Amino acid sequence: MLRNTMKKTAGAGLVSLPLAVVEVKGAQKTFPNGFHALDPVDLTVRSGEFLTLIGPSGCGKSTLLGLMTDLIKPSSGQMRWWGGTFDSTGAAGKRLSIVFQDATLMPWATILANVRLPLDLAKVSRGEANERVRAALAKVGLAGFEDRLPRQLSGGMRMRVSIARALVTEPDLLLMDEPFGALDEFTRNKLDADLLELWRDRKLSIVFVTHSIYEAVFLSTRVVVMAARPGRIARVIDIDAPWPRDEEFRGSPRFAALCSDLSRALKEASEESGGQAAGGER
Amino acid sequence: MKVAAMSRESALRLVGPLLVGVAALLVWQLLCTAYAVPIYLFPKPTDIWSSFAANLPELMRALSVTLIVTLQAFVLAVVVGTAIAFVFNQSRLVEACLFPYAIILQVTPIVAISPLIIILVKDTRVALTMCAAIVALFPIISNTTLGLRSVDPGLINLFKANKASRLQTLARLRIPSALPYFFAGLRISSGLALIGAVVAEFVAGTGGMGSGLAYEILQAGFQLNIPLMFAALGLITAVGIVLFLVMAGISNAAIGSWHESHAEERGPR
Ligand SMILES: Nc1ncnc2c1ncn2[C@@H]1O[C@H](COP(=O)(O)OP(=O)(O)OP(=O)(O)O)[C@@H](O)[C@H]1O
Ligand SMILES: [Mg+2]
Repeated sequence: MLRNTMKKTAGAGLVSLPLAVVEVKGAQKTFPNGFHALDPVDLTVRSGEFLTLIGPSGCGKSTLLGLMTDLIKPSSGQMRWWGGTFDSTGAAGKRLSIVFQDATLMPWATILANVRLPLDLAKVSRGEANERVRAALAKVGLAGFEDRLPRQLSGGMRMRVSIARALVTEPDLLLMDEPFGALDEFTRNKLDADLLELWRDRKLSIVFVTHSIYEAVFLSTRVVVMAARPGRIARVIDIDAPWPRDEEFRGSPRFAALCSDLSRALKEASEESGGQAAGGER
Repeated sequence: MKVAAMSRESALRLVGPLLVGVAALLVWQLLCTAYAVPIYLFPKPTDIWSSFAANLPELMRALSVTLIVTLQAFVLAVVVGTAIAFVFNQSRLVEACLFPYAIILQVTPIVAISPLIIILVKDTRVALTMCAAIVALFPIISNTTLGLRSVDPGLINLFKANKASRLQTLARLRIPSALPYFFAGLRISSGLALIGAVVAEFVAGTGGMGSGLAYEILQAGFQLNIPLMFAALGLITAVGIVLFLVMAGISNAAIGSWHESHAEERGPR
């Protein structure tokens, strides 16, 4: 398929129409209460890339992600998914899944039923669905927890359930809004590593929101630094560190250098932000 | 360990109130005996018991009448109330236009409308059922409406992102989310159905058509048969308690495994 023809480095010269997964074409957002959250944004998510959005709190990261999931409609400008409208998504090769900041599980449903939800909604037969759910749960290390209820799991496990739910439809594009924001550093690092493995195995395209500079550098092929008031893209930074990235990479001078680059970019973006600048970390 | 703690907790919840009740009865009995209170002023618990035993067939017949009216009214209120709540949920416009009338229905005292209903509706049983249903209706409407609306916005987004149809969202998200509210409504409503049935019976009873527990109380009052009044009153209370327990049991069976209101020890989320 298309994305196999492209290397995973997000080379700037490689932009061409067929490889675009999501295109944000001058989309801006003013909320009904009159709050102008996002200046016109131009951004193309390319097939196979791991794109991270980072920026001060309130700069419109979630709003931009909302546009990409069609949960928020642009006030003006255009959104394209695989060159078409949102209605055309969902077909093979054009599937997208979302992971929200909190796990967003149905408290009344078992883990099995929670993960199966997207398949149930798509009317996949029960037998096939259950099989795929088991596979997805195994992939996030939760085999054997099928019959538990969400409240019987830890926060990190619930987050992994919600990732399994996003994966069960075999998406081509994964949109994640601070998925590990509420977790401790150790669990977060572990899930980051797992996520990278999934991304490489499945040749996914991922748009990822985070407040953590380290997480952004560790995961991404490209980082979009945003500024606030009004929300806009301040800089786009390619993270051209080699693959695979592992714990060793975290300790390397290259990692440290990239982090301080990004940190500086983020600081500049914060200073450019109108009003009092919020820090990168909450 | 948790199981042991749980059963100790539930034992306390059962034994505690029972002990208080028994103690109160004892004190009542002792005081009445000590001051030789005449039976026609304030009977002893033993007097009430013997009156209850003596009038058992009559009381049971009256109980069945009241119970049937209560249950019919309750079922009617649940069916109609849930249906109305669903209609409200489907259309904001309908809800905006009709909800005030549901409130009017709620705030109008049933004692004030029941004579009218009893005159208008020929069959007394039907009239009584209608009165009781009107009283029991509102908590079902308001709770279910609230419940159908109280859905985790994150889950709404999840369903939207997965292109769920309206019906799928209703069946898989709105209804389960509404269940805790619905059951809370059931519990209130079952008690109100009983109250409605008794009040309506009081109103109708003087017409000579009623024959439920309220009618027994009225009759006993006319005859200054105070122990029988107490016996009938005790039965009404017992029905109320049983109704409440049954509703709590159903609620626990349906949502006890996941909903916070039935939580055993559960940490912050
Ligand atoms: N529905 C809404 N109505 C009005 N204003 C909104 C709405 N949603 C978000 N905003 C505003 O838009 C701005 C951007 O919000 P957004 O959630 O996109 O920020 P964010 O970058 O994700 O912040 P954070 O890092 O804190 O999650 C904020 O100032 C917020 O107050
Ligand atoms: Mg956000």
